[in-house]
Amino acid sequence: MKVLVPVKRVIDYNVKVRVKTDGSGVDLANVKMSMNPFDEIAVEEAIRLKEAGTVSEIVAVSIGVKQAQETLRTALAMGADRAILIVAADDVHTDIEPLAVAKLLKAVIDAEDPGLVIAGKQAIDNDMNATGQMLAALTGWAQATFASELKVEGEHALVTREVDGGLQTIKVKMPAIVTVDLRLNEPRYASLPNIMKAKKKPLEEKTPADYGVDVTPRLEVLKTSEPPARAAGVKVGSVDELITKLKDEAGVL
Amino acid sequence: MIDMHQDIRDAVTRLCADFPGAYWRKLDAERAYPSEFVDALTAQGYLAALIPEEYGGIGLGLSAGAAILEEIHRSGGNAGACHAQMYTMGTLLRHGSDAQKARYLPGIASGDLRLQAFGVTEPGSGTNTPAIKTFARREGDRYIVNGQKIWTSRAEYSDLMILLARTTPADQVAKRTDGLSVFILDMKAAREAGMRISPIRTMMNHATCEVFFDDVEIPVENLIGEEGRGFRYIMSGMNAERILIAAECIGDAKWLIDKSSAYAKEREVFGRPIGQNQGIAFPIAQAYARMRAAELMVHDAVRRYEAGENPGAEANMAKMLAAEASWEAAEAAVQTHGGFGFAEEYDIERKFRETRLYQVAPISTNLILSYIAEHVLGMPRSY
Ligand SMILES: Cc1cc2nc3c(=O)[nH]c(=O)nc-3n(C[C@H](O)[C@H](O)[C@H](O)COP(=O)(O)OP(=O)(O)OC[C@H]3O[C@@H](n4cnc5c(N)ncnc54)[C@H](O)[C@@H]3O)c2cc1C
Ligand SMILES: Cc1cc2nc3c(=O)[nH]c(=O)nc-3n(C[C@H](O)[C@H](O)[C@H](O)COP(=O)(O)OP(=O)(O)OC[C@H]3O[C@@H](n4cnc5c(N)ncnc54)[C@H](O)[C@@H]3O)c2cc1C
Repeated sequence: MKVLVPVKRVIDYNVKVRVKTDGSGVDLANVKMSMNPFDEIAVEEAIRLKEAGTVSEIVAVSIGVKQAQETLRTALAMGADRAILIVAADDVHTDIEPLAVAKLLKAVIDAEDPGLVIAGKQAIDNDMNATGQMLAALTGWAQATFASELKVEGEHALVTREVDGGLQTIKVKMPAIVTVDLRLNEPRYASLPNIMKAKKKPLEEKTPADYGVDVTPRLEVLKTSEPPARAAGVKVGSVDELITKLKDEAGVL
Repeated sequence: MIDMHQDIRDAVTRLCADFPGAYWRKLDAERAYPSEFVDALTAQGYLAALIPEEYGGIGLGLSAGAAILEEIHRSGGNAGACHAQMYTMGTLLRHGSDAQKARYLPGIASGDLRLQAFGVTEPGSGTNTPAIKTFARREGDRYIVNGQKIWTSRAEYSDLMILLARTTPADQVAKRTDGLSVFILDMKAAREAGMRISPIRTMMNHATCEVFFDDVEIPVENLIGEEGRGFRYIMSGMNAERILIAAECIGDAKWLIDKSSAYAKEREVFGRPIGQNQGIAFPIAQAYARMRAAELMVHDAVRRYEAGENPGAEANMAKMLAAEASWEAAEAAVQTHGGFGFAEEYDIERKFRETRLYQVAPISTNLILSYIAEHVLGMPRSY
């Protein structure tokens, strides 16, 4: 079985995010970029399935600027077999919207015919949490979101999902779209020998036009602002004072 | 333009994120060896970066080694516990026989064999290496070693040592640099045969030792190259060592400058960030400029090294400038952090202690200046 893993290049989770002065978005000039952490978990899960003999080939796909090939090289260094880069933007500040991404992934699926798509549940830059679901709708495949455990049994995938009330286990028929949550696994590091091998693995470059997909934005960002600075706290002298404050000032008791 | 190895740098940074300041602080307090960190680096292949592929290594150039070590230091870590595993093998690789290379290099590449002890310096000779007293006397198919080494770092955590000893007394050779030989010493066998290791407590966590040899036998097959030519063999590895240490200093400087500028932006006294005062901002900016200049010299030395030139001058200057830049950055960092620069929790005082070493070891600044004066500028030798 072939697995498709979409990976997104996002601002590194360690970087302190700054909003551009014109409020049009987050400043990404000269900022460290990395693979979306949830996508790393997806790549790791695909590799584990391959190591277990369930999967024969892992194809990583990225959609965005040309520099996303670094992200794909990371996926290849972790253990993906080959990569497809769809160059859909020139400016690092251009974010391709979930629907366009889902349409492109659908086109890649049509060409590649994978048995499973493992994706991150969301990208940490825009937190959309939509691509996997939209892709399921476009393909008509089963979807299992927020996976914290994944088992493949014959034609089916058993997925434990993290839901508000706790854990829910569902069985979906493959081909299916699985989006992964934080606790599914701990992604491995790319080792030095594998980083070197990744340089020789195939990386195909495409454009949205190759797939006949229009990536023109449909959403308009009106404003981006920083979260308000946290106000200073207060020290209370006694438990009684705390209770009074919670009642009268915070109004939570 | 040399390859900057951004992919390798990113991967090293990732690995180092699992070994944060708290990890290094705990080891520092206990003067303990960073085994978990060294194991992780080994498992991911980094310490085998420079070993040729035919011996199980990765076969990368010096620029990759420099990138790896720089990023470890740039992450606030310290590669001193294991950097020598990366390059000490160079003596063996360049001057060892095919049989010696086949015997040791694959184990060094996998990490099963640690070759990270380098026994050159002695208490009585210091920088004047040809004056060493440790003597290896040939008797049949073995050498009998007597003498003492000092500052032999990582001796307790090494399976093998590259050992420099006299094999012909200094008064019986034409040139004082003749009559010295290099051995690859099996530390376990040597310990059983009477070699004694005694750790030295230093101001930083460096696992450095005194090593005493009392009639320790070494089989003749462990002689590297020809007897009497050892000084040249040792010198031939110096450029690589200088460049790699310089890269570590660049990493230290970047870490310290990042910490300082971040703190200066955040810390407010007198109602504004301290970084708004030029008295705070300028020393950090100055350290940054010096670091960048030193970094360019490191790149130039690496480029020449990889092109097969002998970058003796550039490697020495890179090491000197980078060690000075990291020290300047450490000074600025302590001053910027005020009282907190002294608090262990901030790691500034640790880096301040750690990065000071590199103006003394592996070669002190004065000796680099002597080199430039004599070999680059043609002035008379001063010693
Ligand atoms: C933590 C640590 C780890 C080390 N690890 C190793 C190791 O693994 N293996 C190893 O073999 N060695 C190691 N060394 C030794 C290191 O290389 C030496 O300390 C260094 O070469 C200086 O030698 P010395 O300490 O004997 O100083 P000395 O030679 O006594 O020099 C003292 C001072 O005098 C100056 N000086 C000496 N001669 C001259 C001159 N002609 N002109 C001007 N100034 C001069 C020096 O620059 C220095 O500042 C280590 C040292 C330290 C501190
Ligand atoms: C070991 C130790 C013992 C101590 N003992 C005592 C003690 O017994 N009692 C006590 O009360 N305190 C004590 N202190 C505190 C010490 O006096 C303060 O650390 C010192 O006054 C600096 O304050 P700070 O650490 O908050 O630095 P900060 O005030 O945050 O200053 C940080 C840096 O910014 C610089 N800076 C700040 N404002 C300006 C400006 N306007 N222009 C230019 N530069 C500026 C400072 O010079 C400093 O370099 C001790 C500190 C240490 C480390």
